[in-house]
Amino acid sequence: MEWIYLALVALVLVFGIGVLVLNRRRSPELTDERTSEIVRPPRPAVEPRPMSGPDTSTGTAVLEPSAPESAAPEIQPEAEVEAEPAVAAEVEPETYERPSFTSRMSKARSALTGAFLGIRSRAGITDSSFDDLEEALLRADVGVRVTDELLGGLRARVKSKEITTPDALLDALRVEMTGRLEGADRELHLVPGEPGSPNVWLFVGVNGVGKTTTIGKVGALQRSEGRTVLMAAGDTFRAAAAEQLLTWAERSGAEFVRGAEGGDPSSVIFDGVERAAARDIDLVLADTAGRLHTKSNLMDELRKVRRVAAKGAGRVTEVLLVIDATTGQNGLTQARQFGDALLSDDTGVGLTGVVLTKLDGSAKGGIVFAIETELGIPVKLVGLGETIGDLVPFDPGQFIGALFAES
Amino acid sequence: MFDSLSSRLEGAIKKIRGKGRLTEADVDEILKEIRTALLEADVNVGVVRNVVARIREQTIGVALSQALDPSQQVVKIVNQELTAMLGGETLKITYASRPPTVVLMAGLQGSGKTTNSAKLARWFKSQGRQPLLVGADLQRPAAVEQLRTLGRQIDVPVFSEPGDPVATATRGLAEARRLGKDVLIVDTAGRLSIDAEMMEQVRQISANIEPDYTFLVIDAMTGQDAVGVAEAFHATLAIDGVIMSKLDGDARGGAALSVKEVIGRPIAFASTGEKLTEFEQFHPDRMAGRILGMGDMLTLIEQAEQAFEKDQAEAAAEKLLEGEFTLDDFLEQMQQLKKMGPLGNILGMMPGMPKELKGAQIGDDELKPVEAIIRSMTAEERRKPEIINGSRRNRIAVGSGTSVAQVTQLVKQFGEMQKMMKRMGGAMGMGRSGKKGKQKGGKASKGKRGGGMLGMPNIPGGLPNMPGMPNIPGMPGLPSGFPGSK
Repeated sequence: MEWIYLALVALVLVFGIGVLVLNRRRSPELTDERTSEIVRPPRPAVEPRPMSGPDTSTGTAVLEPSAPESAAPEIQPEAEVEAEPAVAAEVEPETYERPSFTSRMSKARSALTGAFLGIRSRAGITDSSFDDLEEALLRADVGVRVTDELLGGLRARVKSKEITTPDALLDALRVEMTGRLEGADRELHLVPGEPGSPNVWLFVGVNGVGKTTTIGKVGALQRSEGRTVLMAAGDTFRAAAAEQLLTWAERSGAEFVRGAEGGDPSSVIFDGVERAAARDIDLVLADTAGRLHTKSNLMDELRKVRRVAAKGAGRVTEVLLVIDATTGQNGLTQARQFGDALLSDDTGVGLTGVVLTKLDGSAKGGIVFAIETELGIPVKLVGLGETIGDLVPFDPGQFIGALFAES
Repeated sequence: MFDSLSSRLEGAIKKIRGKGRLTEADVDEILKEIRTALLEADVNVGVVRNVVARIREQTIGVALSQALDPSQQVVKIVNQELTAMLGGETLKITYASRPPTVVLMAGLQGSGKTTNSAKLARWFKSQGRQPLLVGADLQRPAAVEQLRTLGRQIDVPVFSEPGDPVATATRGLAEARRLGKDVLIVDTAGRLSIDAEMMEQVRQISANIEPDYTFLVIDAMTGQDAVGVAEAFHATLAIDGVIMSKLDGDARGGAALSVKEVIGRPIAFASTGEKLTEFEQFHPDRMAGRILGMGDMLTLIEQAEQAFEKDQAEAAAEKLLEGEFTLDDFLEQMQQLKKMGPLGNILGMMPGMPKELKGAQIGDDELKPVEAIIRSMTAEERRKPEIINGSRRNRIAVGSGTSVAQVTQLVKQFGEMQKMMKRMGGAMGMGRSGKKGKQKGGKASKGKRGGGMLGMPNIPGGLPNMPGMPNIPGMPGLPSGFPGSK
């Protein structure tokens, strides 16, 4: 009996999709047309969703915090916002202390530590030294390809007697790894433009990497540097994602725009940009729902979000892929796919950078070597802990230092 | 997942196929491919070392024995070892004799605990249980709100109190007893395994509610760290099983799979999509087949049986083999198929699908043009597509919002398919004799169909003869095709 089902499923699939694949190949312009119709979303698509703030005139609920200049320790919303006193105390834009990579990453035992001890304990360099190194690099998620490249170079130098001691071998590896991460532009670009033309930083990534939290922290940091910030809750899919971002907006005194749950993310972002333009806000931080890079419809949605963000007054100056530091080799695929999907016609650039989160828990993140060298996308920010100040600019020297920490 | 593993393996095997005997160099070459493929799938380095060593031992044996057709034997060995690695049987939930059965969810931040708590609750509900969810993640902003929203969607109550997670969990247990709920699922905050304070907190929660099952949620995309995380959580909480989340991407989930080997606990459930229904018990044996690119037919059949109307399906199959299958029938079956869930998932489970199709991103909406075309035909045209001439084609194209070329294509392909099925039906007698395995009916029409038709003729019986993979242990009950397995 089962074969009947199988046959039917196969039939429908193969036939239906066969037609489809053929057609797709034939008429690519057809799909283009379809998507281009929806570039500019009708604004009413965003359902009014009254928050505690009364200003819902644009169809999106907007939270208005205190003006940026007010460095007062308490939130003083023009609109009456239910800010919990507990979080209000944190609103004060402060400078945040930066933790060191080594102190945070060494909380987790360094991936390379054990291997280094083994290598140093030997009198010379043997095959086992290379085996140990290889295993250590693989354990740090550096990946087979990059590991082979790194060790291939070192093997040659050992053979030619350029490197003769275990210490020299480790030093050479360190230099080699540092070199791979050098020279990249790790600045977050905020182009001061004429008023009414906000910068837009778009945050994308798979589910659960920490996009919303990252935006909350970036927002707080930017506020502490005296910029005005608007957070746009483009994650309309995950339940309560907007509430999560709202909490962050309240904490840092950023404006906040949201849409209906399940609504069109592009229109939320669009509204956020328009609102920011109208109020001379410097920076729009656009959240998006987590999505797997294999879901083509969701990647299309993201493509649209990017287009729409740049459609009006906004200028998209950063498109940041958020990656969890525990991510394995799939991280490379993620970076490639998101980059392709978000490719800008104007600049020819997809992703402008990577945010590596949760690095304090894993002491790894070796996948950044592959992402930086194979795709040329620089890591810009790193999450070293839960507090706002724990999100810091990526420092390759410190990162590799922490990987090599032997304690 | 594991796509590149199977293709690498195939590549390696191809090199030795036809060789009379294996040399040690051949063996090393194959092992190197296998090793790389496993590492790229994020299988833990230590686990890879062990698996490769075991394969090597046995493969060298084959090389020495100078057996004929060594490639088949190598494949068999690899297959066995991989199955062993995934290993074991499906975790069977035993309900507590004194309800509620308490389930504790733990994991790193962002692994998917909250979503999977709700999915698990839905699963229990589908098993006829009455679950209560407890939101003990008081850390992440709006986590409880998220759980409440999900709870509403699946109609499962959610209990939570602000303040202390340990107290909330404990009171949740009392609440479950009071409400007479028989399953309690406690969602906890994400925590790093190295965060001593947070680990102590979850240990206290566990000590207070004494869970019958503690599930560790692991992201399928996790790298080498998964094993360390699992060990740490296992040391604190005594894990009973793993829930692998985000398995619907192209992540190979190798790290999560290694967990089984390291802490000796099975993967109990797997989350295969964003919808709350996309969550299933994990069957290690079936997964082995999926990993090796063999498809997962048991799951496919289970799902098909639920989606298709039995009588209709039988009638349609009958027509199919007699060459009487019309576009109407096709449309009907297509509707049934839609009930089975996202097309991409179904494709992944389909054995023998050509690579182009497997890799293709098939969205659910993409079959719509096909449907639109058929719906724009008259009843007569659907019965006898051959009457469709130029002007009819124009009308259909306009009516369905497609192009004339698309309509032509569909009609032409349908015609060829009908012919093919008729031939197959003829070859099979009344279609139940089961000898059709060798009867690759549509060979002539294969190939040039843009990849689309490739998998098709193989499905009913060709499966066991898939190149390189002779006996799939994961498919009991389907030993050699489907010879009248009524």
